[in-house]
Amino acid sequence: MIAAARCIVARDLLLALRRRSDVATALLFFVIVASLFPLGVGAEPNLLRAIAPGVIWVAALLSSMLSLGRLFAADHADGTLEQMLLGAAPVGIVAAAKVLAHWLVSGLPLVAIAPLIALQYDLPAPLYGTLVLSLLLGTPVLSLIGAVGAALTLGLRGGGVLLSLLVLPLYVPVLIIGAGSVDMAAAGLAPAGQLQLLAAMLVVAAAFAPWAIAAALRISTE
Amino acid sequence: MSATIKWFWFASPQTFLPLAGTIARWCAAGAALLAAAGLYIGFFVAPTDAQQGEAYRIIFIHVPAAWMSMFLYVVMAFWAAIGLAFNTRLSGMMASALAPTGALFTFIALWTGALWGRPTWGAYWVWDARLTSELILLFLYLGFMALQAAIDDARRADRAGALLAIVGVVNVPIIYYSVQWWNTLHQGASVSLTRAPSMASTMLAGMVLMALAFWLYGIAAALARVRCIILERE
Repeated sequence: MIAAARCIVARDLLLALRRRSDVATALLFFVIVASLFPLGVGAEPNLLRAIAPGVIWVAALLSSMLSLGRLFAADHADGTLEQMLLGAAPVGIVAAAKVLAHWLVSGLPLVAIAPLIALQYDLPAPLYGTLVLSLLLGTPVLSLIGAVGAALTLGLRGGGVLLSLLVLPLYVPVLIIGAGSVDMAAAGLAPAGQLQLLAAMLVVAAAFAPWAIAAALRISTE
Repeated sequence: MSATIKWFWFASPQTFLPLAGTIARWCAAGAALLAAAGLYIGFFVAPTDAQQGEAYRIIFIHVPAAWMSMFLYVVMAFWAAIGLAFNTRLSGMMASALAPTGALFTFIALWTGALWGRPTWGAYWVWDARLTSELILLFLYLGFMALQAAIDDARRADRAGALLAIVGVVNVPIIYYSVQWWNTLHQGASVSLTRAPSMASTMLAGMVLMALAFWLYGIAAALARVRCIILERE
């Protein structure tokens, strides 16, 4: 079981390594979206400092959603997914492994580059830790929830737009708590409560989302 | 054993079709009567509110619609779960028949809330916790309907929608509490079971009548729609 999961993670990482531009595109999207806001709302430093956590989180949300379409699409197209569903490993494990690989490829680079965006927005240096930690806890939740939507919309017409309609409302709690933790720290309060809530969401999502993803994959491939 | 057979007798779309027609007609008539009574009490009998004047009277539409919008989502998820668990055709049809009615009530709650908010808060829309979670609920309904519309195979649409509804219903409380933690301006709940109602008894009567009318309307509309779905599919 563990071996199967490790095998899938390694395979997906290898595939991502062979198509590096796909990974870079989602990351670039994150940077560009975050860079558009100062152009739209003006470069007033206090304003930018105030909106930075929200902007970074919304950009992370959109970027993570954008890369969801690729999560199962290629495997579905060439039949690999059906073989995985037929295989001996539990589908929940397969789903969890694929989500983990997806997060390592799309979520983790985003967490790593977030301080750079924060620098652009002149976010005070002590907040970087909270920002990175909140993204580190929150982006896996986004991947897990989003994977359910990706599995449900597999092979449908207008899948990408539909996926955003399904998934974005479910992202709301993560956005609120995630951006809220940084705001909390900015106000001089301890963000530990929010970060713990995010961690709790991660635990719950990690426990239940693989089931839902597995069920969705079965529905979509039958 | 015989009880079990009777219990599932109407689970077949063929046998349910005439029953649904009868119930829908009675519920529609009841809804019209109760709505007439409720609106009469609401607009002519209930006293003017001390703080909000006449503007509060939209409560008779707003609060029942908001109740129904949330309740129908749970009912929809219930039928969705039954459909997934027992693999019955009718349950999926019920879920997809309930969604437009639920979305309608959500929209009415938001719309009347905007009209109510203007005279009392001075703004059509504020980013208050309840408004925001109601808006997200509308998005959830629309997502459910969009997903079902995008899938051509009816059985797959039912099952995919069912899973989405269940995921949604798990998330609704989380969304509600996170949004509430985020911002709260809305007045507290008007009616509570644990303490005495904070309003005149005629107001409460009007609201209960309207709530019952909305219930019956919801049942009638959903059953009428499920009849169309049965006829279309079977």
